[in-house]
Amino acid sequence: MSQFTSGVWDIFIGVISVVSIIACAVFLKVQSVRKTVEADTSGHVWDEDLTEYNNPLPRWWAWLFYITIGFSLGYLALYPGVGSFDGVFGWTQVKQLEEETQAASARFGPIYEKFATQEVAVVAKSPEALAIGQKLFLNNCAQCHASDGRGSRGFPNLADKDWLWGGTPEAIRTSITDGRTGVMPPMGAAVGGDEGAKDVAHYVLSLSGRTHDSVRAVRGKIEYQKVCVACHGAEGKGNQQLGAPDLTDQAWLHGSGETAIIEQILRGRSNQMPAHKEILSAAKIHLLTAYVHFLSQGGAPPGK
Amino acid sequence: MAQPSLVLTNTRKSNQAAPPDGVDGGAAVVVETELYAADQKIYPRAVSGWFAAWRWALVWATQLAFYGGAWLTWNDRQAILFDVVHRKFYIFGLVFWPQDIIYLTVLLIIAALSLFLFTAVAGRLWCGYACPQTVYTEIFMWIERVIEGDRFRRMKLDRGGLSARKIGLKAAKHAAWIALALWTGFTFVGYVTPIRELWTEVMGLFASDGASHSAALGPWETFWILFYGFATYGNAGWMREQVCIYMCPYARFQSAMFDRDTLIITYDRERGEPRGARPRRADAAALGLGHCVDCDICVQVCPTGIDIRDGLQYQCIGCAACVDGCDQVMDKMGYPRGLIRYSTQNAMEQKLTGAQMLAHTFRARVLVYSGIVWAVIIAAAIGLYARVPLKVDVIRDRAAIAREVEGGDIENVYQLQIINASESKRVFDIEVVGLPTIHLDGDTHVELPGTGSRLVPLRARVHVGPGAVAPGAHRIEFLVHAHDDPAVFVREASVFIVR
Repeated sequence: MSQFTSGVWDIFIGVISVVSIIACAVFLKVQSVRKTVEADTSGHVWDEDLTEYNNPLPRWWAWLFYITIGFSLGYLALYPGVGSFDGVFGWTQVKQLEEETQAASARFGPIYEKFATQEVAVVAKSPEALAIGQKLFLNNCAQCHASDGRGSRGFPNLADKDWLWGGTPEAIRTSITDGRTGVMPPMGAAVGGDEGAKDVAHYVLSLSGRTHDSVRAVRGKIEYQKVCVACHGAEGKGNQQLGAPDLTDQAWLHGSGETAIIEQILRGRSNQMPAHKEILSAAKIHLLTAYVHFLSQGGAPPGK
Repeated sequence: MAQPSLVLTNTRKSNQAAPPDGVDGGAAVVVETELYAADQKIYPRAVSGWFAAWRWALVWATQLAFYGGAWLTWNDRQAILFDVVHRKFYIFGLVFWPQDIIYLTVLLIIAALSLFLFTAVAGRLWCGYACPQTVYTEIFMWIERVIEGDRFRRMKLDRGGLSARKIGLKAAKHAAWIALALWTGFTFVGYVTPIRELWTEVMGLFASDGASHSAALGPWETFWILFYGFATYGNAGWMREQVCIYMCPYARFQSAMFDRDTLIITYDRERGEPRGARPRRADAAALGLGHCVDCDICVQVCPTGIDIRDGLQYQCIGCAACVDGCDQVMDKMGYPRGLIRYSTQNAMEQKLTGAQMLAHTFRARVLVYSGIVWAVIIAAAIGLYARVPLKVDVIRDRAAIAREVEGGDIENVYQLQIINASESKRVFDIEVVGLPTIHLDGDTHVELPGTGSRLVPLRARVHVGPGAVAPGAHRIEFLVHAHDDPAVFVREASVFIVR
């Protein structure tokens, strides 16, 4: 694989490499004898009167040098190194990665495949599958959904029964495989500006039984029934087809306070779960589906 | 200058480089010097005596410990096992984890300081008596001597042409060397993988039907057995003094720890010179000779092939073989022993008595080294005694910084890596302190098998609101203790974030 636009440079570099190595050997041979005059000390004086004779090195030391030269020539013959020559082994990093990946899938594939044919409900009962699922979760999901799957602000809790897009195994699988994009448009203008948004917010607070201003809530309800109802439903129960959250429960993805809700209404929100079909195999997604389903049914992370 | 002037001579190798004495004025003699000289084989002569006995005692002590130690059993497991694969080091009752690296560091510090101390007191004691290079060379030379005979017979054998006898002797020597070397390699690997299993695996190689044995010798086990075997055979059989002279860094820096009161192998020049052969009952004084009979025994027994009478040289490994050799000659001649002896520069110059010389041992350098060594040893012993067989790491979730849960409480997520470093099954209780209303949700009673570890997911929760915990980062502490032993207790700090 040439890094240059012209093949000449590969040859140029190749020739320099080989000639330098051979030159090392020649130089070593030629320079192994030295002509000296006078008593043969190294010429250095330490501590006023300490001198050192030029004692010859053992010959095996020189042989070690020749061995390194032989090694480098052998290396260049077997592995890529001389210009664009691929080496006798034809080794590349990419090929090695592919081989190792193949070896790994041959080794671990059967473990995943064993569970791939089982129902999610069955998989979720196998401690071995849950242990694998937890590892997959910690590696791929915990960055956002936290190590216990209970999420954080902006990232849904997967360990409760409250679902934005549905909590059936199939819905979970779709969420992981294809990802989800939940969009709430800015509604400030539609609900009548800052004051209108505040009224709607108090109505929303009332839906989940929180402390609210009942006068504002009454006014807010009117706006709600005109605007918000389209996605969140007449009773505020949400719509899992659209990923519109249930407003009547205690789960608040972006904060439950008045300020947080007003901000949500005024500015809207676009929230995304990325698709994992390119990252994880179907068999791994199956195990993750089972693990997440297990968490949502009240199962505790097993620990490892 | 406190250093003795170390004479770096070239007496060992032939002096072909030196120009003839008295270079005639003007016409400089140009000499061709080979920069790489063929090795001159050294045939050390067998020596016996007080110091040789000490060396053999150390050979026995170190090698019984090395070859035997791997076979000891402790609580149904190998007593000394460095289980690299599972990252647990077993040394009798102790189990060390990678987190205990400090103890290895301390051990190395003790080893280094001891080397300084011993070297300051009596020179290259380590080189002369305890270094594996010395010990294995001693064993290999013994084998060589038993099979080929002592110095002169070996030299004669090597000079002579090929004969059936020579081939037989050489083959027998190398077979014995290789067998011992392989056993050494096997023992070495036996400290890393359980030696009994390794033995079964090795025996499997010789089973009549290769397919029947269950566990095969792994490629890495095979490689390391052969590698250490080869290293033993090569270093103790072939390289020998070359390792000390050309490879060993300790050899070079140990002389930096010498001072004028360091005991070194010393030739008593004043008493010995002028050297010369003389009849046994001749009166040396009448002949104008010193006590050195110039028998060359001290050169013949030297494993590095130097002449100690030229003074201290960097090749001298301080083995005292020349002391033993010379003493025997002195005995035969009826002269007092100790023409070559352990002495110090000050003792030689100031003509100190033995007692005076030894009194110089207690000088600042030695006392400081001893003080430091003992301080480190005592600290390490206290550390080992107080070591709690429980390790806890608190891993705070990086994703969920602070989450709001039902009722407006704030929750932080942690994972506790709990390691039961003892060898018995234990239950650990986990608590958290540091904030009002803080409590844990999750598995707070964890059972762990002996030398087991587990990642325990936990949620800490606090009540927030007016008058309660303020926003910000708060220091909290996880307390983990063994259910059956409150002394096994670890306190690990972390952070709780409220926003």
